[in-house]
Amino acid sequence: MGALTDLDLSALWVSVRLATMTVLVLLIVGTPLAWWLAHTKSRLRPIVEAAVALPIVLPPTVLGFYLLVALGPYGPLGRFANLSLAFTFTGLVIASVFYSMPFVIQPLQSAFEAVGKAPLEAAWSLRASKLDAFLTVISPIALRGFISAIVLGFAHTMGEFGVVLMVGGSIPGETRVLSTTIFEHVEVMEYTQAHAISAFMLIFSFVVLLAVYIINRRFPIHVS
Amino acid sequence: MSRLLARFSVRYPTFHLNVALDVPMAGITAIFGPSGSGKTTLLRCLAGLEQTPDGFMQFDEDLWQDTAKGLCRPLHKRPIGYVFQEPRLFPHYSVRSNLLYGYNRISPEERRISIERVIDILGIGHLLDRRTHNLSGGEQQRVAIGRALLTSPKLLLMDEPLASLDMQRKQELLPFIRRLHEELHIPVMYVSHAIAEILQLADRIILLKEGHVAGTGPLNEVLTSLEFRGNFGSHRVGGVLDAHVANHEPQYGLTQLDFKGQALFVPFQPVAVGQPMRIHILSSDVSLVIGRTDSPTSVLNILDAMIVEIREINHASVDVLLDIGAPLVASITRKSLMNLGLKPGNRVFAYIKAVALNEELVE
Repeated sequence: MGALTDLDLSALWVSVRLATMTVLVLLIVGTPLAWWLAHTKSRLRPIVEAAVALPIVLPPTVLGFYLLVALGPYGPLGRFANLSLAFTFTGLVIASVFYSMPFVIQPLQSAFEAVGKAPLEAAWSLRASKLDAFLTVISPIALRGFISAIVLGFAHTMGEFGVVLMVGGSIPGETRVLSTTIFEHVEVMEYTQAHAISAFMLIFSFVVLLAVYIINRRFPIHVS
Repeated sequence: MSRLLARFSVRYPTFHLNVALDVPMAGITAIFGPSGSGKTTLLRCLAGLEQTPDGFMQFDEDLWQDTAKGLCRPLHKRPIGYVFQEPRLFPHYSVRSNLLYGYNRISPEERRISIERVIDILGIGHLLDRRTHNLSGGEQQRVAIGRALLTSPKLLLMDEPLASLDMQRKQELLPFIRRLHEELHIPVMYVSHAIAEILQLADRIILLKEGHVAGTGPLNEVLTSLEFRGNFGSHRVGGVLDAHVANHEPQYGLTQLDFKGQALFVPFQPVAVGQPMRIHILSSDVSLVIGRTDSPTSVLNILDAMIVEIREINHASVDVLLDIGAPLVASITRKSLMNLGLKPGNRVFAYIKAVALNEELVE
């Protein structure tokens, strides 16, 4: 790590904080949404599913552009907060929530589909309220889905670039994250640092994906 | 005696459930009907598991649902135990934790049924520390029943709890179901499409056909009714009798039963004198004789009977509904009916060629 400057380390810290916040927000917002998607018979379901999946196919610049407009002082979110959220850490969290949404929602949704409604009904019949049943029965059975969602959501946020650059800029200590740091280093021909951070990202991403696949294999969802 | 009042009208893509029930709830009430008649849906409506835009449900004084008043108490606030077709045990808990899941969620004053009692009745003491996935199907279902009982329900709903089990496991579990009702006095609503289970378990029966109630009443009355015999395909059963063991004749390998003062012989049963025993008789095993002839007969079981009604079944055969202290149907040929000149009100003797024990589960 000798090749890393203090600025690089602060970028690592911003990346980790950003990914943690994003995953937390997505778990709170995404769990009910994923449950709804898994069990609803509403005709809105495919529309919502498509909207959730959009960040997978959309160029990050498109998403980044709209978020920049929305978060800016005259955008709806900026006006709501009564200040510009663009180029702030908060703005970056909001942007990342949208950008990483499919990576949290989709594993949760498929886990909830696999669990089905049967254990929930059994818990209700045993005097558990819906929330109680969800926390004590559904969540433990769907644990694998939660682990996948957390790991993928975290890793994907760590790895985002385009959206972060457009919405956050690359303000050291505030919105400069690892991926944008690499870009900055390359711009000024600091290949040693770029190499170090890139190698870190590569290994980190591989280990994360490996963990997800091992978890999926080791902990299949049992519903008796 | 508890009373259940219920009314549901729900349209599904494939059928329309439209039922109105006003039934006493004591002992085991079977909901019987062919596949697709809406048995499970009805049970789910009673529990509040189905969306019912038009529904009413009252158990004794407790109003659980009245959509006209916008009232529908959620399942977790109804004192109902529900046993599903599959055990639905929680895989992340041990057997003990599964049993205690509902028990821990009711207040101590509500706990009328103790853990020891349930473990004893269901014979699951040796399983408590096991994980659920290495239990046999029958063991899993026993734990599921125990788990439901430990919420001290006022009403136990069971949806074909034996359907997923093989014949041997079914035989294992049936006495448990009978016992839990006899010992804990919880009224049971039991869905099944297997007439053999119903013959063994039910005290009353609700017949369901294409989403509506085709008949309800005490088991034997319904089994011998025209509606049942005409439409439910299980027309072989002539009647079910609740008798008592009167005497054993080990030298002949026979047990003598007493049914309302009349004697019936069955193959030897290791059951104490005075104990109840339920038997059923196939309508084709009943022959009718006018006046007891003096000539000896090999038939042991001869009952006094009065003809209540004669029903045309087809060109060749008729059903004769008898009163032997309980309703019993004899299937005889139309030719015999003509030869004997049988009429309602006639006194006859019913010669019963074979008595089937309900423990012998016949599908």
